[in-house]
Amino acid sequence: MTQAADPSSSISQYRLTHIKALEAEAIHIMREVAAQFERPALMFSGGKDSIVMVTLALKAFRPAKFPFPLLHIDTGHNFPEALEFRDQLVEKIGERLIVHKVQDMIDQGLASEDPGPYPSRNRAQIPTLINAIETYRFDALFGGARRDEEKARAKERIFSFRDEFGQWDPKNQRPELWNLYNGRHQMGENIRVFPISNWTEMDVWQYIMQENIEIPNLYFSHKRDVVTRMGQLVPVGEAPFGPRDGEAVSNRTVRFRTVGDMSCTAATDSPAATLEDIVAEVAAARASERGARMDDKTNEAAMEDRKKEGYF
Amino acid sequence: MSPDTETTDALKNSAPEHRGDPNANLGMQFSTDAYLDMDLLRFLTCGSVDDGKSTLIGRLLYDSKSIFEDQLEAATSASMSRGDERMNLALLTDGLRAEREQGITIDVAYRYFATPKRKFIIADCPGHVQYTRNMVTGASTANLALILIDARHGVIEQTRRHSFITSLLRIPHLVVCINKMDLVDWSQETYEKIRDDFEQFASRFEITDITFIPMSALTGDNVVNRSKNMDWYQGSSLLHHLENVHIAGDRDMIDPRFPVQWVVRPQSDDFHDYRGYGGQVASGVFQVGDEVIALPSGMESKIKSIDIGGKEQQAAFPPQSVSIQLEDDIDVSRGDMICRPNNKPTSGQDIDAMVVWMTDQPMVVGKKYTIRHTSNDARCIIKKLNYRMDIQTLHRDEGVENLKLNEIGRISIRTTKPLFFDPYRQCRITGSFIIIDEQTNSTVGAAMIIGETK
Ligand SMILES: Nc1nc2c(ncn2[C@@H]2O[C@H](COP(=O)(O)OP(=O)(O)O)[C@@H](O)[C@H]2O)c(=O)[nH]1
Repeated sequence: MTQAADPSSSISQYRLTHIKALEAEAIHIMREVAAQFERPALMFSGGKDSIVMVTLALKAFRPAKFPFPLLHIDTGHNFPEALEFRDQLVEKIGERLIVHKVQDMIDQGLASEDPGPYPSRNRAQIPTLINAIETYRFDALFGGARRDEEKARAKERIFSFRDEFGQWDPKNQRPELWNLYNGRHQMGENIRVFPISNWTEMDVWQYIMQENIEIPNLYFSHKRDVVTRMGQLVPVGEAPFGPRDGEAVSNRTVRFRTVGDMSCTAATDSPAATLEDIVAEVAAARASERGARMDDKTNEAAMEDRKKEGYF
Repeated sequence: MSPDTETTDALKNSAPEHRGDPNANLGMQFSTDAYLDMDLLRFLTCGSVDDGKSTLIGRLLYDSKSIFEDQLEAATSASMSRGDERMNLALLTDGLRAEREQGITIDVAYRYFATPKRKFIIADCPGHVQYTRNMVTGASTANLALILIDARHGVIEQTRRHSFITSLLRIPHLVVCINKMDLVDWSQETYEKIRDDFEQFASRFEITDITFIPMSALTGDNVVNRSKNMDWYQGSSLLHHLENVHIAGDRDMIDPRFPVQWVVRPQSDDFHDYRGYGGQVASGVFQVGDEVIALPSGMESKIKSIDIGGKEQQAAFPPQSVSIQLEDDIDVSRGDMICRPNNKPTSGQDIDAMVVWMTDQPMVVGKKYTIRHTSNDARCIIKKLNYRMDIQTLHRDEGVENLKLNEIGRISIRTTKPLFFDPYRQCRITGSFIIIDEQTNSTVGAAMIIGETK
């Protein structure tokens, strides 16, 4: 009979770094969802957090296939680089991708663009997502949101229940104890699940570096045409993302800390060309990652309001 | 000068190079390698309103440069629009709008910071008795608890309650922060009196590791740096303690327990014979070649391989999430437990447990509930409420009929099928379960197993 190693002498050998402890927690959460729900899906945007989520799913389920598809809510305002990356990744891992388009919702009159001087499809994502949930009868959606991103998220559970309108009720959350997740739900109810809730931006970058995960080039320093709008470097591209009257386009060396819609993601001046550079930059950063998201600036409780409405 | 004025100024003085210089304050060069070698410490903060919990957390985040400028700006502008004269540090850590309006924290909020040594997850818990369930939630995963005491008031009823919950949830390490020492002239005598009082009542609890630190969250004394005002204190600062407290020994590495969560079963020809049991190691160490037994079937086999996502490794230990393959094709599924033939958990249907009730509808003796224990679901009937713990006086009230929200008691249950459990004092994972209401599906109770009903 094989003897287990003497535990007292080898405790340091059985020590997990914080990154590995977070990874273990996320894998556990993903498997719980797979076991407790019938029709989960993994929200995939092509951004770094959702790429990390795919990596975690590979760890949880390989050598088998994922017991769920990937779901992309396509705003039509994506960076072309992000879409290209998405398609390559899906091809490489051989998993199913469902693309649900905001444009289709707009065409059907089920959603509309935000009014205002700048085109934004932020809110239009909500009805699109809800339509996808109804169409495919998803009962659980994995999201890559983290509690360090924003104050409202700091109190959200890992299993976050939504009513049939996709709304979150911060006052009525289930207690979550130990590593026990209660996913029992009624027909029509669904949950958002955040396996990387306890990760920080730094943890995500460290994990990408440690696991050598491929990410879109947008995250690394590159030359790009930008304008300065409301104090931020806004990427310009084809219409409707061209410069406005009076805005001067400049070509700068920038990168993105977060990749959302072209209409609401600002670039930062940065020479960081490698993952090591990025990690060092994040360590010294003076502004939070969401600071580069113009949509959160509107008012202090912006995120909380959008979440209640069904925003991820 | 109002306390809030002091807060802002103290912050300004102590961390002028805030976030700008990665080498400031903590005096260490940022290093990628060092970061990759950090471990994780989860801790809980509890205190009564106004003991200085938010100020203390604000200071830890601030001095470890975990607060970004835009977050600082947001908190400042929120303070102004509320009509506060100065930036209110609590706004850095208070989340939801309703809570902001009421000016108190009413749910567990999680916060993150890291030093070159460790990453920390703070479960910031509300202190009032009506939020006992929130504190229990935060306590369930904590390695360490910080209890704040206002040096002017000493040990009060809430201190007792928080200490009791810390011991009930078996948080391995406790730090008693005797705060606002600046308001008692940094008096050693006051500190010692509070320490003695605390030790006296805490001797009734099983708390193995208690550390006392006199401090001022407002001025920063003994928070990150050793205090010059209290040279009579020989111990370490709070942050130093948090960075160095020994947590590797907290996990049970002796009793191998592996609750099976999910069976990894590829439908492809390449992996035709692969059948991996996915789960998170609850305690003990498993190695390739180990003889194991699966419960409830009692079938024995050996570990053929251990992998994470197809990448093999020799051993698995808590809290790793792995897939285990066995030599023999025995039937194992979700809810089963893999352990060693000569070291098995208790198997039983009649169980005594301490329960914290978490919902408005009282617990009803004789009612049936669903329970979730590890990856297993079962139904149970509450047979008996042995006593209710009066968390103010710590007396056991016998002859009570039910448990209401936030009440704690000892229950006896009978389950519809055997559970494989250990006493909570031995293993938090195999020793805990949640109680779920079958009508509403909500989690209504948190239970810590004492053992089989005698
Ligand atoms: N003098 C002094 N005041 C403090 C100290 N810590 C906190 N305070 C003040 O006590 C009040 C309550 O603090 P706060 O952090 O909001 O307490 P909480 O309710 O426990 O989160 C505030 O006015 C703080 O400025 C301290 O160490 N010394």
